[in-house]
Amino acid sequence: MSAVADTHAHHDDHGHHPAGIMRWITTTNHKDIGTMYLWFSFSMFMVGGVMALVIRTELFQPGLQIVNPDFFNQMTTLHGLIMVFGAIMPAFVGFANWQIPMMIGAPDMAFPRLNNWSFWLLPPAASLLVISLFVPGGAAGAGWTLYAPLTVQMGPGMDLTIFAVHILGMSSILGSINIITTLLNMRAPGMTMMKMPMFCWTWLITAYLLVAVMPVFAGAVTMTLTDRHFGTTFFNAAGGGDPVLYQHIFWFFGHPEVYIIAIPAFGVVSQVIPAFSRKPLFGYASMVYATASIAILSFIVWAHHMYTVGMPLVAQLYFMYATMLIAVPTGVKVFNWLATMWKGSLTFETPMLFAIGFLFLFTMGGFSGLVLALTAVDVQMHDTYYVVAHFHYVMVAGALFSAFAGVYFWLPKWTGKMYDERLGKIHFWLSMIFFNVTFFVQHFLGIAGMPRRIPDYSPVFTEFNMISSIGAFGFGLSQLLLLYNVIKTIRSGEKAPARAWEGADTLEWTHLPSPPPYHSFETPPTVR
Amino acid sequence: MKRTSRALSCAGLIGALYAGAAAAEFQWNFQTPGTKVAQDVSDLHLLMMAIILVIFVAVFGVMFYSIYAHRKSVGHKASQFHENTTVEVLWTVVPTLILIVMAWPATTHLLAVRDTSQPDITIKATGIQWKWGYDYIKGEGEGINFVANLTTPQDQIYGKAPRGEHYLLETDNHVVVPVGKKIRVLVTAADVIHAWYVPALAVKQDAIPGFIRDTAFRANKEGIFRGQCAELCGKDHGFMPVVVEVVSQEKYTAWVGEQKKKIAAAAEDPNKKWELAELRARGEKVYAANCVACHQANGKGVPGAFPALDGSKVANGPLADKLAIIVSGKAGTAMQAFGKQLSATDIAAVVTYISNAWSNKATANIAQPADVLAVRK
Repeated sequence: MSAVADTHAHHDDHGHHPAGIMRWITTTNHKDIGTMYLWFSFSMFMVGGVMALVIRTELFQPGLQIVNPDFFNQMTTLHGLIMVFGAIMPAFVGFANWQIPMMIGAPDMAFPRLNNWSFWLLPPAASLLVISLFVPGGAAGAGWTLYAPLTVQMGPGMDLTIFAVHILGMSSILGSINIITTLLNMRAPGMTMMKMPMFCWTWLITAYLLVAVMPVFAGAVTMTLTDRHFGTTFFNAAGGGDPVLYQHIFWFFGHPEVYIIAIPAFGVVSQVIPAFSRKPLFGYASMVYATASIAILSFIVWAHHMYTVGMPLVAQLYFMYATMLIAVPTGVKVFNWLATMWKGSLTFETPMLFAIGFLFLFTMGGFSGLVLALTAVDVQMHDTYYVVAHFHYVMVAGALFSAFAGVYFWLPKWTGKMYDERLGKIHFWLSMIFFNVTFFVQHFLGIAGMPRRIPDYSPVFTEFNMISSIGAFGFGLSQLLLLYNVIKTIRSGEKAPARAWEGADTLEWTHLPSPPPYHSFETPPTVR
Repeated sequence: MKRTSRALSCAGLIGALYAGAAAAEFQWNFQTPGTKVAQDVSDLHLLMMAIILVIFVAVFGVMFYSIYAHRKSVGHKASQFHENTTVEVLWTVVPTLILIVMAWPATTHLLAVRDTSQPDITIKATGIQWKWGYDYIKGEGEGINFVANLTTPQDQIYGKAPRGEHYLLETDNHVVVPVGKKIRVLVTAADVIHAWYVPALAVKQDAIPGFIRDTAFRANKEGIFRGQCAELCGKDHGFMPVVVEVVSQEKYTAWVGEQKKKIAAAAEDPNKKWELAELRARGEKVYAANCVACHQANGKGVPGAFPALDGSKVANGPLADKLAIIVSGKAGTAMQAFGKQLSATDIAAVVTYISNAWSNKATANIAQPADVLAVRK
């Protein structure tokens, strides 16, 4: 790396790496890889989105109209897997690739080749998931949680899904090792751990979570694989196994996974809100501690996803108390963001709008989370649309809105050009309105007793389902505005200054031009 | 009235919403509770909503005030504070206290939900792809058992006939229980995980193959309570309802008597020799109730997922193979063991039907109940 770099004084010329498609296949540059992660994530977001629209179209009214129940199950399963592993997680790894080296004053990630490999594992994994639709029996239709023993009944599509999960897990682990090493070893002189931007802290914590739990999930699906083909009975009571064991293993991965998605989102918001409040982040140290507490607590609450499996009462009580406890550090974070805005000098450009949208809707998701934490109430809500509403509030309005905030926030830095502010605002308001139209009514459906993952329903649920379906189409179509805006920015955006936002004060804004040179910080900056 | 408005709803989105609103049920709260526990859970939820409302107003009051008053466009200058130990301690301690206060009712209610002690009647519910089997195993009615299948016709599901009032939430057999008695339900499954869920009775318990879990309810009013499977269990997960009928003690006793008589009457002579036509006619009904969901009415199955019976080797092959699959199921597939679900005569009938239906012309084209009993041993 350094040998090549030394012979070149300037690297904004593109002569020293292959052009065309080979540039992208062989690149070890964190900016190129970040870009690829983000475009990959957006395409998967579209694929998963189309699946969501298939689901919502079928549910527009009672009866079976456009799909059969088998295909419906395949859609809910793939929608979940693709959105979680294909869209949201890679989006934040994309942010990490672009931002972490620039934010800590490093020239690149610690392991550039490994970085290339982490990305290029994703397209084959995603292809396996999509191809599984076309094998005999279709894709896995067991829900994104892939509960055994239903998974044992599935056709070869299930095996493709298992391999896809293995590959996705590998990619995440390698990416995380890279992020941890970069953050611990490559900070510019003077940048102590407690001076790192909040986004870096959240990713450091997330990366540890990933390394800890992805192997657990890989183990669970491998056990499913051997149960399917090699005569083991891990999840079959007739052979001495236990179907509930799968759920314990899955959620031991699955609950931290929720925070793997949420914590980098917290990081993005923690950069955006101070920038547009023109005020430093309130309670930086307590934010770091709160994030770490959430991460640690996330390992000991997994069974709150399984209140109806018939656990011993004492276990239910423990998981209920532990779950309620998570509200405390999460509350601290929300209060910190509010205190950051308090007495600031606020402006409301698109990134800030999305960050406030995040704050509002994520808190709503937190409220329904509190309701669900109470086991007695959860028994009523479990596996109903209430849960669907809850996790879309934290995943879509939480993670996705924060990713949007990040894209609009850093787009001027990445491209050197300014996006269309008016379009951005329209994108925000349409997303905000249609998101709530889609998901708020699902709370009512759940309370009234509509189970999730059903292709057809009792006519008493018709009205809210119609509203929800209309909202889903509005929400889906609104996202094309983002695509249009990004392309427009790249093609014909106005030139953005180095410090595109008045209140942005991290290294990429203060020390680098927009767009940054292909190799930035060859000489580390000094941080006071 | 409702139906015409449903027809309208296809016409257009605005029309749909308007028409929907005209006939709308907009059920947005818990179903009317049928047990004290369900009422308590509903009240606990209401209490939570009150607490949440207070937090909502406080938190977003601060946020929107800040958005309103601390804007740059009204000339607000940013102050640069970024720490305040007092506030930080306060907003850690206060939520903790609120949570401790909430934990108390949460705990007592959970104890009530989980209390399955001292039941009057114990019923075992078995989740089977895609129906529920019931065995009354203790208390009045002991020995009654039946399978509850969805009765909504396919035509209604595919929109070829108007939908009935209890569309998708109706079964041929109801779980009849007496009012005011504590009913303990042992829940298990035969194939994959299901969940026995009746919202108005506040019961939801996963049905786990190979394990028995329990739940309980004491209905405080008569009526029919409808629910459905709540854990994804494959293709027809949305089509296996649970219908509980709560009746007075007198009616319950009468129902038990009726069921006992039916059981006695249904005990057919397994040595009877049936005619081909009789068995085919009976077999067609058995097929329609048990096989059609996967293998389809035309016997073609669903390619890739469920094998065709029309022209299949097994259907046209030796009798023993056919019987073995139906009685014992096929491991690793959705083909379940029907040996204990159906009577020997029903199994003989359905085998006979399959052997002769569609283009099938099996040489071994008739099975007698005695053949089934021989395999079942």
